[in-house]
Amino acid sequence: MLRLEGVEIAQGSFRLTADLEVSPGARVAVMGPSGAGKSTLLGAIAGFLPLARGNILCQGQRIDTLPPAARPLSILFQDHNLFPHLSLFDNVALGLDPSLRLTQAQRQAVATALQETGLSGLEDRKPAQLSGGQIGRAGLARVLLRARPLILLDEPFAALGPALKRQMLALVGRIVGETGATLLMITHDPQDARLLCDQTLVVAEGRASPPAPTEALLADPPPELAAYLGA
Amino acid sequence: MTRAAPPLLKGAAVLVAAALVLLNLGALAAVAWRAEGGAGWGAADWAALRFTLWQACLSAVFSVALAIPVARALARRRFAGRGALIVLMGTPFILPVLVAVIGLLAVMGRNGLMNDLLALAGLPRLSIYGLQGVVLAHVFFNLPLAVRLLLQGWARIPAEHLRLAAALGFGASARFRHVEGPMLARVVPGALAVVFLICLTSFAVALTLGGGPRATTLELAIYQAFRFDFDLGHAALLAAVQAGIGLAALLLLARLTLPEGRVAGLDRLAPPAPGGLARVLDGAAIGASALFLLVPLGMVLIRGLPWLGDLSAVVWWAALRSVATAALSTALLAVFAGVLTLIALTRRWPEALGMAALTASPLVIGTGLFLIVNPWVDPARLALPVTALVNAAMALPFALRALLPAARRAEADFARLSASLGLSAGAHARLVLWPRLRRPAGFALGLGAALSMGDLGVIVLFAQTGNETLPMQMHRLMGAYRSGESAGAAVLLLALSLGAFVALERMVGGRDAET
Repeated sequence: MLRLEGVEIAQGSFRLTADLEVSPGARVAVMGPSGAGKSTLLGAIAGFLPLARGNILCQGQRIDTLPPAARPLSILFQDHNLFPHLSLFDNVALGLDPSLRLTQAQRQAVATALQETGLSGLEDRKPAQLSGGQIGRAGLARVLLRARPLILLDEPFAALGPALKRQMLALVGRIVGETGATLLMITHDPQDARLLCDQTLVVAEGRASPPAPTEALLADPPPELAAYLGA
Repeated sequence: MTRAAPPLLKGAAVLVAAALVLLNLGALAAVAWRAEGGAGWGAADWAALRFTLWQACLSAVFSVALAIPVARALARRRFAGRGALIVLMGTPFILPVLVAVIGLLAVMGRNGLMNDLLALAGLPRLSIYGLQGVVLAHVFFNLPLAVRLLLQGWARIPAEHLRLAAALGFGASARFRHVEGPMLARVVPGALAVVFLICLTSFAVALTLGGGPRATTLELAIYQAFRFDFDLGHAALLAAVQAGIGLAALLLLARLTLPEGRVAGLDRLAPPAPGGLARVLDGAAIGASALFLLVPLGMVLIRGLPWLGDLSAVVWWAALRSVATAALSTALLAVFAGVLTLIALTRRWPEALGMAALTASPLVIGTGLFLIVNPWVDPARLALPVTALVNAAMALPFALRALLPAARRAEADFARLSASLGLSAGAHARLVLWPRLRRPAGFALGLGAALSMGDLGVIVLFAQTGNETLPMQMHRLMGAYRSGESAGAAVLLLALSLGAFVALERMVGGRDAET
């Protein structure tokens, strides 16, 4: 599904290498100490950072030469996932048509996505009038609508409380199940990884390791992960 | 992560930049070429140079020194009308200079309120003309600006420090030494520099309240060499010296971080302010500053409103020309600022270009343009377009200071999201940039329109009888001692300037733009 071949990302004196493969439909937690390069890794896959070396392939096609929007993926950032001046409906609809000139069928599709994420009735609200959980759902509604085969989550729910975060993760699980998408999700919490991700990928000491089964990895963590987890 | 600028935009940016550089450097080159050597530099010119620097120093010191108690009182007291007073402190910026001068004359002129009171008390009448008048008018304009800059400093004092000061029982002197003093030490130099720079290129104030060998600024001397002696070489020499001062000021400016004019965070909870004498003094500072600003404006209205129906046709025609000039100037400003803002998302140079225009002098540019066009076209025919162009260039730094931070923030927050969703350049501009920029754009264009409407600068070099703008016509009326009609024209000009500002800010900025 997703293959990183001899990838090296350079940012000033910081270097991150990755040589790994993610199988189709996998749900991968990305873990590692702060500043190790988890966001850098996702940013490079999404097309926000140039590669110093190597290729990224998705479903056999090279994607590292494509602009961000042309890559077969959706990404949610830590914040600023919604435009504050657009209504909830428009923010989600951007996922279908970036110029917001929607056909009737597309409007219907947006309405369906909103319904599935429990946002019906809030279409006209601006993000400032939404709760944190509703903002998280809106981002996910757009991911659902775009239906790209790869989903990258750069801790979009980090600011939510535990109960709300679990709800969001359940919604992510449902969307991934419905669309059959592959998931890469940065998290700090082993619980999140256990809850949703069958595999975990460790980013530490300048290297992103290939994904390994989550339970086994957490039960017997390699030294750099053990130091991070404090276990 | 910012998309590359489309080629068309790059082309437009190069054109705008070239136009601005030509406007500044071309004018300077023309001035330098025509300037006569040192022989033409006489005692009167030395006096003008000294006066220019001295009045700017005094204006800066008085404006900032008087602003300190006012800003402190506004920062720590809560009273009805406080918000309105802070807004009022922002208006002198768009107030036409001549309107304020007429107001000040009505209060402190020969037959003004204050002199009448002095005469009643059997004291001699004071003259407003000369150094004191020039400095007074500059303080009228810049005291509010200084108050807003200092208020920003007070707003940035961490609330914890104020609470700590209250908890430890600091008296006035301890509070000043440990809390307010250090803040002022950071903010005051910048405020002094801003006011000093603004007053360096003062022309309209010196034209109306100064003059004579003892109160002529360089800008005024340029005008006099032009108008009375038609000595272009001498005018060019003066312009070259003024340009040199502007350049020195620009270097000074680059070394200082200028304080921001935006006032935010003033309404947070602070510990109760001290009572007793401090309370009385604060009240006096607020009352005196409000009177100082409001009474002259009130006098303009009182004296001018009855005249509004009796204004001569000449005044109305001049008003029409002013509106046309301001409209053209605002359109030019929109193009300049729009193109430079978009290109500034990927490049650094537009900022420097905008700041460079901050210290340029309208009369220097005017002199240069006059020298350039004079052999080819009758300058009088170009009076209005040239005025519009120079006004747009002068308003550009302020427009960029409003627009660039907003554009950079929008780009930093949303460029990645926009790219990941595949918004085209057009959709990005329509859906992301414009909603985030329309409020600062409305402010910038409103400001540009108001400044152009009220400007009395280049126009005096170019215009002849028959194509005056409203400010120029007002100056004529004042020179002819028709104070009633000039007050009427002042009310008209005030209405046009404020009207243009409010209309553009509303129309372009939208009522509830963004968030």
